[in-house]
Amino acid sequence: MTGPGAGDAWTVARVAAAARGLVEEGIGQVWIKGEVSGLKSYQSGHWYFTLKDPDAQIRCVMWRSYASKVGAQPAEGTEVYVLASPTVWEEKGEFRLNCVVMLPTAGVGLAQQLFERTRAALERDGLLDPARKRRLPEFPRAIALVTSPDGAALRDMITVARRRWPAVRLLLVGAKVQGAESESDLVRALGIVNRLEGVDLCVIGRGGGSREDLIVFNSETVCRALAALRVPSISAVGHETDLSLTDLVADVRAATPSAAMELALPDRAELVRRVEVLARRLGNGLTRRTRLLGERLARTGDRLTLAMQRRIEQPRTRLDRLNAQLLALNPEAILQRGYAIARSAEGRAVRRVADLPGGTPFTLQVSDGVVAAHAD
Amino acid sequence: MVEPTPADATLTEQLRRIEEIVRRLEGDEADLDTALELFAEGVERIKGAQARLQEAQAAVERVVADASGALGTEPLDSE
Repeated sequence: MTGPGAGDAWTVARVAAAARGLVEEGIGQVWIKGEVSGLKSYQSGHWYFTLKDPDAQIRCVMWRSYASKVGAQPAEGTEVYVLASPTVWEEKGEFRLNCVVMLPTAGVGLAQQLFERTRAALERDGLLDPARKRRLPEFPRAIALVTSPDGAALRDMITVARRRWPAVRLLLVGAKVQGAESESDLVRALGIVNRLEGVDLCVIGRGGGSREDLIVFNSETVCRALAALRVPSISAVGHETDLSLTDLVADVRAATPSAAMELALPDRAELVRRVEVLARRLGNGLTRRTRLLGERLARTGDRLTLAMQRRIEQPRTRLDRLNAQLLALNPEAILQRGYAIARSAEGRAVRRVADLPGGTPFTLQVSDGVVAAHAD
Repeated sequence: MVEPTPADATLTEQLRRIEEIVRRLEGDEADLDTALELFAEGVERIKGAQARLQEAQAAVERVVADASGALGTEPLDSE
């Protein structure tokens, strides 16, 4: 075969257009039965979703004018009939269904029906009651991992555990996590966890997969075995958007297996820092304590001295005051200020005019001596 | 909420008690003798907590059951 000549090669657009023509003319508008999955409704009002059955899936679009006639958005897994034209989107080279009518079949799809039935049964028995949720241990010593020995989930969980809390003991209780035997295998593994000594937490889970791959985690017997665990449990099935019944039964739901280990284990580096801070505060606390006591002691000493001084000074002040009072009362102090005391010849103090009739001699005592005098 | 499992009460209790000691030392109520006692206890407990935090990496084991159903473990060599 020789290489293509300049004019022989098809453009991409030509191939895409040809494919579109073949698909549109070859199939035309048809009724299709399937389950709606991953429906996204944009602000524009257009719906994008996948129509699937056990063997195949096709991306679908339903423009706003048609979507608005459907009524309520179908729930995940709803089985529907759609009237659609298969086509090829040339810009993206994608095979799509342009849907114009959507009618729910009898009701919901089989898988969804089963899910709801099991959920109702678990709820009836109180297994979904928030009050029975147990708190996870703060520092687990050993964690049982119920998952596939070969899955990426196990590797992810070991990696996270090594990083956050290397001293934790991880015990793998291997089980198939999809396929025919997975249900009995998971129930057996959970039974083993209950017989393990020293385990204080159980993580059950697996990595992402299709809805069919994860279906065993909606099994009633698996859920009941999980509820019967002696130790608290975390369920981590698939990706963030997947919700399984084990997620509802477990004490804690984690979005992914890695996230489960983040929830299960404290961060050692953070704790080391916390203990360092506590050690520093302890030292500072004692220093501060002794300094405070020293200051208080000094203050007490000062107060003691002050009190003693007061005790000594108080009587002295009082004495001084009494002394001054006495001094002021001494009659001689009055003489100093210019007063004089008149005394009769008998030496009695003269108080009235009648005490000194005319011609009576008397004396006048002044500050520095006595003067003799006569009354006129 | 059901009460937490006392999985590692020692470390939990250790940290709680250290925090309490630090709070009391930082407060004003303890006399000097008590403060010194608390300090000594705090130092011991911090040593204990640090030892626990420095524990070596544990192995990953795989649980196996023999024919009689008895459980044992073997090292997992996926690493």
